[in-house]
Formats: sequence, structure tokens, C-alpha cells
Amino acid sequence: MLFEFLNPPFMQRALIAAVLVGITAPAIGIYLVQRRQALMGDGIGHIAMTGVGLGFLLSTSPVWMATAVAVAGAVVMELIRWYGHTRGDLALAMLFYGGMAGGVMLINLSDTGSNANLTSYLFGSLATVSESDVVAICVLAAFVVLVTVGLRRQLFAVSQDEEFARVSGLPVRVLNLLVAVTAAVTVTVAMRVVGLLLVSALMVVPVAAAQQITKSFKVTFVLSVVIGTAVTLTGTVTSYYQDVPPGATIVLLAIAVFVALTALAAPLARRRARASEAKGAECTLEVPPARRGADDVRV
Amino acid sequence: MPERESTPRQAVISLRGATATLGARPVLRGVDLTVHRGEVVALLGANGSGKSTAVRSVIGQVPLTGGSVELFGTELRRFRRWGRIGYVPQRTTAAGGVPATIREVVASGRLSRTGLRWPGKADRAAVDRAIALVGLADRAKDSVSALSGGQHQRVLIARALASEPELLIMDEPMAGVDLASQEILASTLREQVALGTSVLLVLHELGPLEPLIDRAVVLRDGCVTHDGPPPEALGQHALPGHDHVHPHAAAEPVRTGLLT
Repeated sequence: MLFEFLNPPFMQRALIAAVLVGITAPAIGIYLVQRRQALMGDGIGHIAMTGVGLGFLLSTSPVWMATAVAVAGAVVMELIRWYGHTRGDLALAMLFYGGMAGGVMLINLSDTGSNANLTSYLFGSLATVSESDVVAICVLAAFVVLVTVGLRRQLFAVSQDEEFARVSGLPVRVLNLLVAVTAAVTVTVAMRVVGLLLVSALMVVPVAAAQQITKSFKVTFVLSVVIGTAVTLTGTVTSYYQDVPPGATIVLLAIAVFVALTALAAPLARRRARASEAKGAECTLEVPPARRGADDVRV
Repeated sequence: MPERESTPRQAVISLRGATATLGARPVLRGVDLTVHRGEVVALLGANGSGKSTAVRSVIGQVPLTGGSVELFGTELRRFRRWGRIGYVPQRTTAAGGVPATIREVVASGRLSRTGLRWPGKADRAAVDRAIALVGLADRAKDSVSALSGGQHQRVLIARALASEPELLIMDEPMAGVDLASQEILASTLREQVALGTSVLLVLHELGPLEPLIDRAVVLRDGCVTHDGPPPEALGQHALPGHDHVHPHAAAEPVRTGLLT
């Protein structure tokens, strides 16, 4: 049967999680890329590890614990960005590596946690996505979509030019915090499928791939979500049949799409250049040639 | 200025006794700056004279250590109606880390009117008008990253105009702009001024905007050294940044310590 992979319940859960990851990760990732904080998701992923460890130690749900710790970490990161201008990068380094080391330590201290568990959170695993995980992922993904689509104009403005957004009277601090919190939530949505160490790739690579061939923010947003969903679904199904790790498969597929679109972009750009040259030919006489030299002299 | 007090006009910007520091260095040392309704004021001065800081303190982007700011008669701290102000920051590019069209960037200027509500028909029309004003209507759907320096500046000005502001605040709008775009910017500004818009602009030199300017305020080392008609026909030489050493202009006698 063609869709045999849909039969096992664990695969149904994994596919639901995969689709939600494919939508949410690029949806928040595009704002991180726009404000040139592409690696923020990676940092949050490190911090979330402590939450997973706490979840095991306290025998509660690792997903919800990771969400709580990741959100707290993201808020601290945002506060460091506001106040700590001079040693901000070092403070972030402490936070990231402290989070990762704390998580590994806590998992080892707990009775239920093992190295196998640790690996499943670091690199993702399909078979271990439980029913309560799926519920948590659905709720969290709904929040991410609501924020990234509902507030897209405001988040676009803040990520494009923060100072201008402040002078527009937008609640910039609140919106920045919202981006940080939403990124943290997305990390925990994606954690079960691609793993904490590869979460950031799914936030960044589909966006990077899409923008090779797009001109507008809107189209970049839609295309990166399409790419994200396509690679998470393909990767999940592939890992079911081939017994390869889902996270790594998904990320490699995303990079393959990036390479393919980059190769496609060059001829596309040439065609566009020719088109605009043809348009420009009608009005070259407007600027007297004598003036052209002066254009460049000005400082 | 006594002659203005005889015909009192509302001040749209009123900066009084402003002091500010960057780190330990005083950048503004008691600056007074007033822009009345309908007036076009140029803020001139050399690099480091504090003109950008003065403008940014007016819109609350640089905290003052002393003095006060009022916008439209309201204390800056209580001022909320940002849609009345169109701000053009000092930038060389309108592009971010993700592709965006001219229209998308200009539309973000409308948020000072719409805030968190959804834009309506009037808002979209205002955005289209702003793009047309700077002569980019035919390129509205192009990516901003494909534009020249002068076109970037025109996009940033259209973004400021999208909120249909009563007051334009522009930080070096002519920096890095080719002559053709300078002419377009000057005519855009002329139309706005004719409609009654007040303007405060930071300039390095008067250039093609000179005929528009009602008053010039010259800053030097964080102090106002001139407030009145624009320095005429002297061009760059009138500015303190243009440091000629004139033999007759020894402001301070040489202190050798021999006579004191």
C-alpha cells in the first residue's frame, strides 16, 4: 500500500508533529533572519535542554518543562540585549552552555532519564512522540501561528527598523519579548521531531532557501513555510522507511532545497535584470550625461 | 526671538536647555530648538557637533540629562500621537535581512496611525500616495535591495509620509543621494511644505533644499552658535565644521603663562 506509513499510530503522531514544526519554525524564523539573529534559535535550544532535564528529574512532562525554561531563557536573552551592551555576547555564552551542561547533568541525576533519552531530545526521534506530546505541540503551535501571522505587520516593522518602529509608537519592547517567547515556544514544538541541536536549522534554512528567489516579505514567508512543511514531511517518511535519524534527514533535505534554489536564482536574476534593462531603455534621456559625473563626486 | 513673539504660532517642537551625554562626553550642552507650525528648520553643523543627537532626543531616542522636550505642546513623556510625526532616520539602506518590496517597507510607516488594528482602504490609499509622491509608483512591487542609494532614501521618506504627518523630522536625508534623486526629494518636500507640513532636517550642507529653508540652527560642540536666516551663499564655508584657520579670528589669546 502506498500510504502504509500512515498506519502505525506513532507515525500518525510523528507526522502531525512534523507538519506543525514545518509551519511554525520558518514562521518565526523569518523574523529572526530579518533582524539578523539567525542563531538565536540555537541558543534557545541549548537553554531548553535544562528544561528537559528538569522534566525528567521532577517526573513531569519534559515538553512543558522545556517550554517554561526556554521561555525564561529567551526573556533573559532579550533583557541582555536591552541592557548589556558591552559584554552581551559573553553573557549569552554563559547562558547557552550553562543551559546545555545543566540539562545533561540533570538527566543523569534523574532515575528515569538515560543517555538514549538524551539523544532523542538532542537529535529528535519519531517513535517517542507520545500522545500528550502531540497535544502540547498542537497548543504551542497554535500560539506561534497566531502571533507570527496575526501580528505580521507589527513584527515586520520592528524587525526591519527598530528605531523607526519605536518612533511609530509601537510597543517595541513587548513585541521583541513576544518574538523571543515565540521563538522559545517553537523550539519546544520542534524539539521532538528535529531535536534541540537542529531546531535552529529549520528556523533559518527554509527562509534562506526561499529568499534566493523571492522579492517580497509576504512571498518569502509563504514559500519558507511551504519548504519547511515539505522537508519535515519528506524527512519523517524517509526516516520511517530507511531507519535514518529524522532530524538530520530533515535538515539535510532543507539544505538541498537551499542549494537547488540558489542554483536556480542566478538565471532568474539575469532574466529579471534583462527585463528591467528593457524598461530602463525608454527613459535614459532624462538625465543629461554631463551631470552623471557629478553624481559620484558627492560625499 | 522677539519678532516671532509678536505673531505667536504654535511650536510643534520645543527643545529647551537640552543636555545629553554619550558615555562621559557631553554631546548637547544646553540646546534650545523650536520649530513652529509650517516652518522649515535646518539643523547644521560639523560631524560630532551634536545635530543628530539633538534630533534623536526630540523623538525620545536619546535620553536627555537635563532640559525638556515638547511635541505639539505635549511633554515628550506623555506624547502618544506618533502618527503626526514622520521620521526619516539616518540610514544608507532600507533593506533588512529578508527581501521586502518597496510597498511593504512604506506600509510599515502607516503603523503609527493603525497601531495594532488592521489597515483599511484609507490606509492602503495613503501608502500608495506616499509611494507616488517620491516617484516610485511603478516600482512598488520591486525588492528594496535592488535600489540605488538615492532610491533607498526615497523609500525611507515615503515610509515617513505614509502616516500623513504634520511634522517631518529627517536626519541627513541627502546623504549619499545622487543629484537626480536629490531633485525629486526637494520637490517632494516642497509639496509637503506647501500643504503646511512643518519640517526639521539635519543637513551637512544646504544644497538643493536651500530655497525651502526658513531658518537655520547651527550647532558647534553641543551649543547653538546661530539661529536665524540660513547662512547665505556661503555654502560649506559658513559651517563650523569647515575649519579654515583665519589669521584674524583668534578667538582665544595664546596663553603662555608668562603674564598670569
